[in-house]
Amino acid sequence: MSALDGSKREPAVVVEHLSKHFAKRVAFDDVTFEVGVGEVFGFLGPNGAGKTTTVRTLGTLIAPSSGSATVAGVPLSPRNGPAIRSRISIMPESPGLYLRLSVLENLECFAGLYELDDVRGHIDRALGAVNLAERARDLCGSLSKGLRQRVALARALLNDPAVLFLDEPTSGLDPVATREVHELIASLRERGVTIFLTTHRLEEAERLCDRVAILNTTLRLIGRPDELRQQLFRRSLDVRLRAPLADPEAVFGAVGEVQGWEQTPSGYTLAVSDPDLATPALARALVAAEADILSLAESRHSLEDVYLELVNEDVEAKSR
Amino acid sequence: MSFSWTRVGAILHKELRDYRRNRFVIATMAATPALFIALPTIQLIAANATGKAVTLRVGLSLLYMLVVPVIMPSVISAYSVVGERDQGTLEPVLSTPIRREELLIAKALAAFVPTLVVAYAVFGIFLAIAALFAHPAIVSAIYAGTHVLVQLLFTPLLAGWAVWIGIAVSTRSTDVRAAQQLSVLGSAPPLAILVLMSLNVITVSTALAIALAAALLAFDLLAWRVVAAMFDRERLVTGSRG
Ligand SMILES: Nc1ncnc2c1ncn2[C@@H]1O[C@H](COP(=O)(O)OP(=O)(O)OP(=O)(O)O)[C@@H](O)[C@H]1O
Ligand SMILES: [Mg+2]
Repeated sequence: MSALDGSKREPAVVVEHLSKHFAKRVAFDDVTFEVGVGEVFGFLGPNGAGKTTTVRTLGTLIAPSSGSATVAGVPLSPRNGPAIRSRISIMPESPGLYLRLSVLENLECFAGLYELDDVRGHIDRALGAVNLAERARDLCGSLSKGLRQRVALARALLNDPAVLFLDEPTSGLDPVATREVHELIASLRERGVTIFLTTHRLEEAERLCDRVAILNTTLRLIGRPDELRQQLFRRSLDVRLRAPLADPEAVFGAVGEVQGWEQTPSGYTLAVSDPDLATPALARALVAAEADILSLAESRHSLEDVYLELVNEDVEAKSR
Repeated sequence: MSFSWTRVGAILHKELRDYRRNRFVIATMAATPALFIALPTIQLIAANATGKAVTLRVGLSLLYMLVVPVIMPSVISAYSVVGERDQGTLEPVLSTPIRREELLIAKALAAFVPTLVVAYAVFGIFLAIAALFAHPAIVSAIYAGTHVLVQLLFTPLLAGWAVWIGIAVSTRSTDVRAAQQLSVLGSAPPLAILVLMSLNVITVSTALAIALAAALLAFDLLAWRVVAAMFDRERLVTGSRG
């Protein structure tokens, strides 16, 4: 489909300081990132974070307020709209099918809009990719939500897009249909399709994406899912003691590696620069203070913690 | 990338397929002509035709039939953009390389072509019934002069006007029903002129008829530019729905 030769290429999407302001509201602000060819890039954020607006902006449906971007090798500008749109495709949040037309008729219409040559061939391949070949003659109105989503995905595959934008492809689907869509995305990834996937579901991003960006109006973090976990949290140690310390500040303050501490129901959480250095020093300090140590361990965080932490930070920031 | 008739054809084809399964469109296409063929035909057949009244009556009947190419396309075209928006299909369509001019011309043809077919068919049926059942004096009055020519000429011209008004309203509406009412209202002015003509409030002259036809033709050919300027992709995609 796209880049299967291992040669170096320019990124599929380059976004630099892109912003979109509506009359009163900022949809997203000063967003900068790149998506590599063949990459599955997750765009993660809560409701209202600006995910859909970003997709629409990169898809030339709406104009950015400032900043620049290159999509599928074409600079984003009003004049380049048709050129960009012919190289990419977008699967919007709701499938938007013509319900009175059959699956095949829907796809025929879009094959025409993309001016495809071998219409039958493109449609057969797209339907095959989403396992819908035998439902081609069904009216879209008679399909379940999950199947409609798959038709929308087939429609987005028709033009062999250089970048496939999927806007919350599993929103409103039951777990079975969700898994089917996940499997389809995974198979597209195998085939080297560049995918820009927005979602507010962490496990989805974690499972499917090579890299994830966390957006909440501004871009908060970007990296591989495992990197993000490390990057966000100051590393920390959980300490459980049989009884609380009489003077915790005296004990923790004396250990150089400890940057801060807070009491938790079961003990203390300490912010540390390097857990490997802090743990032995802390153990010695606690023993010296005659505390009974139940456990002393580095805290583990799922991506969900990272995400909630970021989103909560924003909520706190906004309420200030 | 330049204007593509392939894309126009894709939308047009889709629309015609959709009409066949759209009860609302079928009802409009069936009811409007049925309504507007019954009355004039009955009137004509019932008339027993003497003197000056004949010409007036024939004029009125034919005028009545010109309502078909105004009402039908204005109802259908009012649906064109806001209807797609309502169904959520506008965003996927606009995500393809389509240009707004292509979409608008496709939508216009999709309202115009069926209207022309139906309106001419209605007129044909009317002529046939009149020829078979009406008083001979009335029949000759119908075929005399420029009646038939005027009818054939003004049908597409009026339809074009109604189509563009309807699409213009549709690009700015958030509600299908409101769009249809506004569109029917907006398509009425040229019809009003014709009414005044047929009631002899405005004296009919060849020059006036030609001027009116020329004005409508100019409007039909140029209106797409204005409507294209009104077509705001961003507002249509992000704006609140009705
Ligand atoms: N046309 C508009 N006018 C004004 N504000 C808008 C408009 N469209 C979107 N917004 C605002 O921009 C922000 C981002 O919206 P957007 O739909 O991009 O978020 P999202 O991340 O896709 O959210 P969701 O998860 O709910 O789909 C929101 O605060 C929204 O209210
Ligand atoms: Mg969204």
